[in-house]
Amino acid sequence: MTEISVLLPSVLQPLAGGQSVLTAPVDRAVTVASLLDVVTGDYPVLGRRLRDETGALRRYVNIYVNGDEVRRLQGLDTKVAAGQEVLVIQSVAGG
Amino acid sequence: MVGMATAERYLLAIGTKKGLWLANSPDRKQWSLSGPHFLMSEIPSIGIDTRDARTRIMVGVRSEHWGPTVAHSDDLGETWTEPEQGAIKFPEGTDAALERIWQIYPDADSRPGVVWAGAEPISVWKSTDGGEHFELNRGLWDHPHRGEWGAGYGGAAAHSIVVNPSGDNVHVAMSTGGVYRSLDAGSSWEPRNKGISAYFMPDPNPEFGQCVHKIAADPAVEGRLYAQNHHGVYRTDDNGDSWESIADGLPADFGFVMLSHPRREGTAWVVPLKADGERIPPDGNLAVHRTDDAGSSWKRLDSGLPDGEYNAVLRDAASVDSAEPAGVYFGTRGGSVYASADEGETFTEVASHLPDVLCVRAAVVAQTG
Repeated sequence: MTEISVLLPSVLQPLAGGQSVLTAPVDRAVTVASLLDVVTGDYPVLGRRLRDETGALRRYVNIYVNGDEVRRLQGLDTKVAAGQEVLVIQSVAGG
Repeated sequence: MVGMATAERYLLAIGTKKGLWLANSPDRKQWSLSGPHFLMSEIPSIGIDTRDARTRIMVGVRSEHWGPTVAHSDDLGETWTEPEQGAIKFPEGTDAALERIWQIYPDADSRPGVVWAGAEPISVWKSTDGGEHFELNRGLWDHPHRGEWGAGYGGAAAHSIVVNPSGDNVHVAMSTGGVYRSLDAGSSWEPRNKGISAYFMPDPNPEFGQCVHKIAADPAVEGRLYAQNHHGVYRTDDNGDSWESIADGLPADFGFVMLSHPRREGTAWVVPLKADGERIPPDGNLAVHRTDDAGSSWKRLDSGLPDGEYNAVLRDAASVDSAEPAGVYFGTRGGSVYASADEGETFTEVASHLPDVLCVRAAVVAQTG
């Protein structure tokens, strides 16, 4: 058993009890969707900041796996291997 | 034991494109401002609930990044609470996601705890726990007209909710679907737009599809409502069965605001904008117009307002309070906010240079000190 780490931007850390990194214990590759289910399970407000109630990733939330934004991969079905890091970054949008 | 003094004060909540400001006044003339709360989130809707011997401020919050939510404060904005599972959430099977909360409407004093909300996508919601959790109104959500409702520039939303004193009669206004009425407390809905022009459609008098911008009920006359439309100002005296124009006497029939007096028959306010293609106060002269005879005549009110104002006033960026005489408040897309303690006869500036004002709500609140 090993872990996958999810790194949060500072603006979201208060919604995760002040943590900058959330970890999920895994023994095999998992999808980003199931990873988010696990790490936001105790932090439902954080979960709603990332995905809407249909489960879709919010438009200006970017999630990177191995340096690639998941929309360029298989979206929330992208597999993450044990030991990898996942970055949550807000997109540079707005005025 | 030392007693705490309780005084009545005026609270004005100002929702903008980039956060919430709260203004506080003992006399509706001198204001102190706090904020921003929710910096970098827009606040398109506010409800101030003074029932149950407490003041609850509810706000619709929307971040471009992190989505929409509802938060509330029971201590005049000192702290905010967001229900963990979200106050408004589309149920499974609807395949819809909340985009923006356009309206938060505390129900009558006789129904404490009941709060209505209007949202985008077009939907109406009802809470029975003071706005902490809302349930989707299925009658409107499953309405057979839904596929034909359009979206206004700001989005497809239910933006106005009016409930009559007995609670069985609910009117909802949506852009662009028009006015819908329920006679069974929200179980079933029918369009009620006869007499309201939809000049932008092939048939200018359709059963529904009108672009109503705001409706307000006359609290003194059962069945009387006022409507500001995308061109057209109207009144109904038969609970929405038919509408007649009351735009004569106004400098323009376009605008977004419609306010009614908290008690007095026949009194309402609008803020005209020049036209569809030129959405500024007529000739850049910002003015509120009030009728005291249900729309037969209008009085221009601009004392205290600036010369040369080219910003629009959005549909919910105006409010009245419940005091006597009633206070009138509004904010512009240029970030100026004005208050009147005398029903619009004179205005004073509450704030300026804020982000675009999307929503204001005012209330008389008890403050312990």
